[in-house]
Amino acid sequence: MSTTDNLMEAVDLHKAYGPTPALDGAEFAIRAGEVVAVMGPSGSGKSTLLHCLAGIVRPDSGSVLYRGRDLTAMSDAERSALRRGEFGFVFQFGQLVPELTCVENVALPLRLNGTRRKEAEARASEWLARLEVGELAGKRPGEISGGQGQRVAVARALVTGPRVIFADEPTGALDSLNGERVMRLLTDAARDTDAAVVLVTHETRVAAYSDREVVVRDGKSRDMERVA
Amino acid sequence: MSTTHPSPGGGTLATWVRDLGLGIRFAVTGGREGWTRTLLTAVGVGLGVAMLLLAAAVPAMMGARNDRGYDRDYSWFNEPPKRTASTVLFAPADTSFRDDSIRGLLLKADGDRPVLPPGVEAMPASGEMVVSPALKKLLDQPGSKLLRERLDYRPAGVIGDQGLLGPAELAYYAGSDKLVARSQDGSTGNATRIPHFGRGESKPEPLGGVLTMLVIIIVVVLLMPVAVFIGTAVRFGGERRDRRLAALRLVGADSRTTRRIAAGEALFGSLLGLVVGTGIFLITRQFSTEVTLYDISVFPYDITPGPGLAALVALAVPGAAVAVTLLAMRGIAVEPLGVVRKATAQKRRLWWRLLIPLAGLGLLAPLFGTVSQEDAGVNPYQVTAGVVLLLVGLTTVLPWLVESVVGRFRGGPLPWQLATRRVQLDSSAAARMVSGVTVAVAGAIALQSLFTGVQSDFVTATGDDPDRAQLSVSQSVDSGAQAQRVEKAFADTPGIRDVLGVIQDDAVQGNASTLKSEDITYATLVVGDCATLRELARVGAGCADGDVFLVQDPGGYGDMSFAKPGDTLDLNTPVTDKYTGTPQPWRIPADARTARSRVSPDGEQTWGVLATPAALDVAALPSPSVRLMLRTDPGSPDAVEHARNTAARIDPTLTVFELTATHESRKFTTIRRGLFIGATATLALIGASLLVSMLEQLRERRKLLAVLVAFGTRRSVLGLSVLWQTALPVALGLALAIVGGAGLGAVLRTMVGESPHVDWASVGVMTGAGAGVVVLVTLLSLPPLWRMMRPDGLRTE
Amino acid sequence: MSIGHTLLGLLESGPRHGYDLKRAFDGKFGHDRPLHYGQVYSTMARLLKHGLVEVDGIEPGGGPERKRYAITEAGITDVEKWLAQPEKPEPYLQNTLYTKVVLALLTGRSAAGLLDTQRSEHLRLMRELTERKRHGDLADQLVCDHALFHLEADLRWLELTAARLDLLAAEVAE
Ligand SMILES: Nc1ncnc2c1ncn2[C@@H]1O[C@H](COP(=O)(O)OP(=O)(O)O)[C@@H](O)[C@H]1O
Ligand SMILES: [Mg+2]
Repeated sequence: MSTTDNLMEAVDLHKAYGPTPALDGAEFAIRAGEVVAVMGPSGSGKSTLLHCLAGIVRPDSGSVLYRGRDLTAMSDAERSALRRGEFGFVFQFGQLVPELTCVENVALPLRLNGTRRKEAEARASEWLARLEVGELAGKRPGEISGGQGQRVAVARALVTGPRVIFADEPTGALDSLNGERVMRLLTDAARDTDAAVVLVTHETRVAAYSDREVVVRDGKSRDMERVA
Repeated sequence: MSTTHPSPGGGTLATWVRDLGLGIRFAVTGGREGWTRTLLTAVGVGLGVAMLLLAAAVPAMMGARNDRGYDRDYSWFNEPPKRTASTVLFAPADTSFRDDSIRGLLLKADGDRPVLPPGVEAMPASGEMVVSPALKKLLDQPGSKLLRERLDYRPAGVIGDQGLLGPAELAYYAGSDKLVARSQDGSTGNATRIPHFGRGESKPEPLGGVLTMLVIIIVVVLLMPVAVFIGTAVRFGGERRDRRLAALRLVGADSRTTRRIAAGEALFGSLLGLVVGTGIFLITRQFSTEVTLYDISVFPYDITPGPGLAALVALAVPGAAVAVTLLAMRGIAVEPLGVVRKATAQKRRLWWRLLIPLAGLGLLAPLFGTVSQEDAGVNPYQVTAGVVLLLVGLTTVLPWLVESVVGRFRGGPLPWQLATRRVQLDSSAAARMVSGVTVAVAGAIALQSLFTGVQSDFVTATGDDPDRAQLSVSQSVDSGAQAQRVEKAFADTPGIRDVLGVIQDDAVQGNASTLKSEDITYATLVVGDCATLRELARVGAGCADGDVFLVQDPGGYGDMSFAKPGDTLDLNTPVTDKYTGTPQPWRIPADARTARSRVSPDGEQTWGVLATPAALDVAALPSPSVRLMLRTDPGSPDAVEHARNTAARIDPTLTVFELTATHESRKFTTIRRGLFIGATATLALIGASLLVSMLEQLRERRKLLAVLVAFGTRRSVLGLSVLWQTALPVALGLALAIVGGAGLGAVLRTMVGESPHVDWASVGVMTGAGAGVVVLVTLLSLPPLWRMMRPDGLRTE
Repeated sequence: MSIGHTLLGLLESGPRHGYDLKRAFDGKFGHDRPLHYGQVYSTMARLLKHGLVEVDGIEPGGGPERKRYAITEAGITDVEKWLAQPEKPEPYLQNTLYTKVVLALLTGRSAAGLLDTQRSEHLRLMRELTERKRHGDLADQLVCDHALFHLEADLRWLELTAARLDLLAAEVAE
């Protein structure tokens, strides 16, 4: 694996919350269009790794290179702009703004980027339809099921055409059937748009949608492809 | 153990007690979260309770102050008391230092067992004084040199608390051997003889009808927001509580049981709030000695609520807490799997919400035009109920207003959209948040317009013109020569730029000695130089020493028919109804001119015979007095203190007046000050409750905020949306407050017989104050918002 | 797995030739182990003898693969009974894995490491199955899911065991 094809690459990440090290020399690399599962027991540092990669959290040391730029050297505003423009996010639950309708929720990242409301909502509707929840456009998150909500969240993560999608336990709160559907729709869409997916999960069946997996234990990462 | 099973019917006392007890247990043992919630409620309710207790203590406080004021006061007797071993001579010697007024009394004992004013242990000997602790402190300050010079007595003791209205009162009693009892006709002597201190049987005059109404409305307006605040405080952390109740439903509690458990939690929180409130009350009471608000200071022990009012607070607060909780829970259904809000399904109706203010109006309307200051008979219950209903009506109309206005908003920029959607989803929470501000501002606007309506009854224009002269002094003197010495003393005082002085006396008809007393007519005789006379009448540029001017009374009462050029006047004016002494004729020069009167700087319209010194020898005047108007040097702020010192040297009872354009009735002033104190406290309380609700809203959205930040949302977008989210309901609340407040103000003004016009200036000020509080609260909630926008919120619990 | 019951079940949707039966079986259930023709013959002969199937017709040319079979009433009842009866839980892979984990602990190796390697191996297969699921029909998906859930169950058991043993090791080391 040559470093130059990597879309994103993290080297020797350290991050501690108080005395507990959450990351202790973790490494990570992902190529465009690749789906990488991050696995490991709970509390091992998976979410922290994802947050560092996405520029949500600044690691104590180490670097995160994204298309040649070091995220750790960027200002908060620059990282925010990057997240708005090039990244998409799916979390476990509770991520939809409860007072906005589904289509407004999906349109949100576009509007953050300055797209006009009409156009943003038109594109949001397309994505909702593509994720098979087009009929929910006018409903509020409180009126739909968890699986539907998660598909709306996937639509929201994809609507800006991001290069990297960060998904932290996206199926954690779903039953198997809905989990499968969400994973399938997410990975299909990512393939179609050649987006990379960082998929944090502790479920092997969900990880099976990935191209390869990285295991995190005690803040240290282990790339199973390189080991094998 | 059948009692431990939840009974499905659940109406008996036993189930109530059990479920309330369960609620109390949850409030105590609900872990960290349960405790935080209970504490928040307790502190919120406690603040409200402290306010209520303070308000409940006001009547007793005023009573105690009044009593002490009466006990140390003095009466004048028609028949002067006989001199005995216990009688005392006194003369008031009040003064002012900078902005503080100082109560002063000169005393001289007639015998060896003199009566003593309250708080004084021994009669101060001549040249000595006893002072209040606050005055002692003031005198000891290095900046009080001028005051020390003025009160040039040896301190011989301290006035005890029972002789003072409040701890910060400045007062002294000084011994003086120069006091001489005033003669019956008042022509000689400078002091009054009294057999005891205190007003004896005479009681404070009752407040007139208008003032009573003002007081009622002030109390209502100030306490309504406190009630609203307590209502809010009881709901603190309500959403989390609902989630916990849902968990209880899951294990089999029925919906009535959950309601009772919630009531139990609220009961416990409010009981704790009572304890906290009493604590806050007792602690703040101790600090009352340190605080002087708007010139009023009180002793801690004066702030004691009457037992009836205290009991009312102790019962009403927990009762209201339970009632509010049960009412709030009617709007939601706690289901085993979570909380469902019922309210949103149905659109709010306006008609019954309007019934409440209309009922209030119905109560007040019969009183239109009937309330007057002369007539104390206002039915306080009718007025209170009417005003309360009108104001409560605003809080019931507000949710409808918020819903129907915000419901129309679509789209807009992102922060605006986030905010409007949020308010649309839960318009009752938004309305609840601002109902306190709405009531307070509406009440304040109504009060203000009532105030401006009635203040002409209480605030009188003095006619003073502080631009032409700043101080005035009047003093009777023994002779014209002494009058000139007084004038010179002030002219030599530092900081006094100019002295306009006249010497005045009265004159009667030339043949007064032969007239019956009822036929004797008086005219004023004024002697001064041309420059001074020019301030009193339009004597013209041609005035020269030796001229005499005749000035008609513009008020029309004075009679100048016997004082025409060439007429002879008698300067020996009788002091009683019988003419005594020998006539002292003076002829008005034939070339005396007439002149029109002009308002003098000290606000008077002088009339009579105005003479220049060469025309009338002041030495000839039998009972002259000197009237001075002083112009101070604007660069010398202590000029007035120097002038007072000069006055004190001449005569300790001589007062220097500062000329001001208006004068307010003292009682009115007190009420107005009370209002300002109360309004300040109320606004602070409202700000606090707004802040807590806002932080609570933010905390509940922590996770969501973190997700939005992960998305790369700019801080400004979230900050603006929080601002809009508050500003929108506040704007609607304030709009309603303006309409309601102006309406209530018009109603109140109609009641006291004034025209129902709106005082836009006070509307502006009050609305601005309300808006200011909101802006402040929003600013204060920004740092927590920034903190909450960190990725910590992404962690799932 | 009972081949007889499976073939009977396939006949329920309509009569089929022998070679047709084998193709259907292989396509749906025999991804890992295709059926021999001989197995089909012998099974069908047994079913015929018990009256669970009957010969519906023979195509000209002869040979057993030319026979068309149809299910009988008795056959349908038999399939129904089989479907209603729960399978005996069978420990199979666990035995080997358990042996490995215990061995790792005894030799001072990390059970977690073993888990990660085993999971990687499992995942390789699971990815294949997931990919097949993407393109297959519903029956394909059901079959793949069945395999996936079993593989996952192995891993989860292994994960728990590894965590327990690591805890135990930490206690022993103290
Ligand atoms: N904001 C935080 N404050 C304190 N400790 C944290 C914070 N975020 C994570 N941690 C700690 O860091 C470690 C790794 O957490 P995390 O990355 O969330 O693990 P995972 O996602 O694998 O379950 C845990 O011990 C967790 O308690
Ligand atoms: Mg995590």
